[in-house]
Amino acid sequence: MDETIKLEIRNMTKLYKNGDGVKNINLKVRKGELMTLLGPSGCGKTTILRTIGGFLQCNAGEILIDGKNIVAMPPEKRPTAMVFQSYNLWPHMTVYDNLAFGLKLRKIPKPEIAERIADALKLVKMEGMEKKYPNQMSGGQQQRVAIARSLLLKPEVLLLDEPFSALDAKIRMQMREELRKIQTDLDITVVFVTHDQEEAMALSDVTVVMNKGSVEQIGSPYEIYHHPASRYVADFIGEMNFIEAKLGVHTAIRPENITVRKGPGGDLDGTVRNIMMLGHYTEMIVDTELGLIKAFLSGGEAEEFVRGEAVSLYFSETKEFSE
Amino acid sequence: MSSLSFLGPRHMARTLGRRKFWEVVLLVGFLLVFYGPLLYTLVLAFAGQYTYPDILPKTWSLQWWKYVLKQPALIKSMVYSFEFAICSVLLSLAVCLPAAYVLARYKFTGRRLIMFTFLIGNAFPKIGMYTSMGIIYYKVGLMGTFLGVLLVHMLGSMMQMIWLPAGAFRSVPVQQEEAARDAGAGPLRTFFYVTLPMAWPGIAVACMFAFIGSLGESVGTLMVGLPTYRTMMVEMYGVILDYPATAGAVFSILLIMPNLLLILVMRKYIGADTISKGYKMG
Ligand SMILES: Nc1ncnc2c1ncn2[C@@H]1O[C@H](COP(=O)(O)OP(=O)(O)OP(=O)(O)O)[C@@H](O)[C@H]1O
Ligand SMILES: [Mg+2]
Repeated sequence: MDETIKLEIRNMTKLYKNGDGVKNINLKVRKGELMTLLGPSGCGKTTILRTIGGFLQCNAGEILIDGKNIVAMPPEKRPTAMVFQSYNLWPHMTVYDNLAFGLKLRKIPKPEIAERIADALKLVKMEGMEKKYPNQMSGGQQQRVAIARSLLLKPEVLLLDEPFSALDAKIRMQMREELRKIQTDLDITVVFVTHDQEEAMALSDVTVVMNKGSVEQIGSPYEIYHHPASRYVADFIGEMNFIEAKLGVHTAIRPENITVRKGPGGDLDGTVRNIMMLGHYTEMIVDTELGLIKAFLSGGEAEEFVRGEAVSLYFSETKEFSE
Repeated sequence: MSSLSFLGPRHMARTLGRRKFWEVVLLVGFLLVFYGPLLYTLVLAFAGQYTYPDILPKTWSLQWWKYVLKQPALIKSMVYSFEFAICSVLLSLAVCLPAAYVLARYKFTGRRLIMFTFLIGNAFPKIGMYTSMGIIYYKVGLMGTFLGVLLVHMLGSMMQMIWLPAGAFRSVPVQQEEAARDAGAGPLRTFFYVTLPMAWPGIAVACMFAFIGSLGESVGTLMVGLPTYRTMMVEMYGVILDYPATAGAVFSILLIMPNLLLILVMRKYIGADTISKGYKMG
């Protein structure tokens, strides 16, 4: 991957009149990288994205693209393109006119516009849809066209704000994969907002975990999952057991890092409270003196245990967080 | 005679059922009250020889149409009516659309109050407002001028021209405007290529109401426009007194026709939806 920094946010603060917003944001996105902003509802993901796109004025700080500060520019002057969660397309225009709008403004000759549109539609698997109106297409198809429209603008940075969250699970997965493929093929720089950790894990080169208006951790999905920097991140990403063995010190163990054996003598002992078959793995809840512990077992392993049985738990990877 | 007995009330009552029968009677009565005068006007306008006890004229003719269309004063009044209607709609658009957009998009203190004020303005009897306007007009020399009459007409449709378009603008999702900015369009281009076309149904309906309102304006025009600006509505008063009833019928059809045409052309836009969206206090 290219090491040049495409987008940089320095000490950016954006507060709304009521005091909500984001504070002291520092981010660097390398060229050709896909960064996701991940966090619960209201943590400020959209706020950051909209300050990059130029739809919000920040109170302080700088936003640089290719080293140039863009905070003073209106959205139409910025080298960014944005895909919203919904209502992207203009309903009174055909797909073709939607896609041609930005190109016409850039004074590109007609035959070339037609050519580029055909290419873009092919890229998002929507060939031959030029004459359709947005209301004649499904939500997924509309988002594909919206992505094509943004790509046609050849932005330096593509911004997407939960573009797939209104779609059903299966389409969402498919769109996610296709977006990732297009992004790597075209080598474009992307900032992607989501509150779905699975989506963030599947898509990103770099994930930014956010909490109440500030950045909690920045790292690759692997780092974030295996080396959470704070209890908040550990709790938010994936499944996690927390036990307080010493006062004020919480030990975090992922359910898949627990081995269950019959009888006593483990890192922690208890009795089986519940066993749930969840497809390719089984979830076991064990009642211990330090609370309920969740463990993931492969289907075969789980067969040997019954509810109420005394078991011991062995932890292979733990992390400690003090209060 | 017996073959037509199914038309008799007794037979109808039997076949339709008592309840249904009264419903039909009510409907017919309603239609007569509603459309009776209109129908009579229509018959009258095309009548040749027509004497009192007859329901329909003995002969039909266009003589009254020829007569009315030959009166220079009446022709002139039609020209005035349309001039005022077109100009007042255009001027209202220029003034009210920006105001409506601001009211729809920007949250500022006093916004609701402004919306409400327009409503109050409509609640006063017009004549009182015209009187006070007349006093001001005398002072500033607008009495008897084209602009004076135009302002009266605009005032009459002000509320609709702001409320309906404001509702229409509000129903355009902000993202769609932002997407246009994102694609490289400035604020003005965004307005003309995205916002305006999307809000068009509501705006068109407002224009239609304003146009019809201007054509139908009489009291204010009478007070401010005389003696020069005698529109069709103003002439109508004279026509009723000075011309035969048949000429009056022709004239009133001429008055109704543009309204009817407009409503026909715009019928796909006129829906409870467009209108109710406009009258929401967002
Ligand atoms: N226009 C606004 N005026 C005032 N406060 C706002 C405004 N927009 C957002 N906020 C507040 O700022 C905070 C961050 O909002 P933001 O929309 O960035 O969150 P988000 O992370 O995108 O959430 P979601 O996942 O729900 O989209 C929230 O507390 C929100 O209530
Ligand atoms: Mg959001």
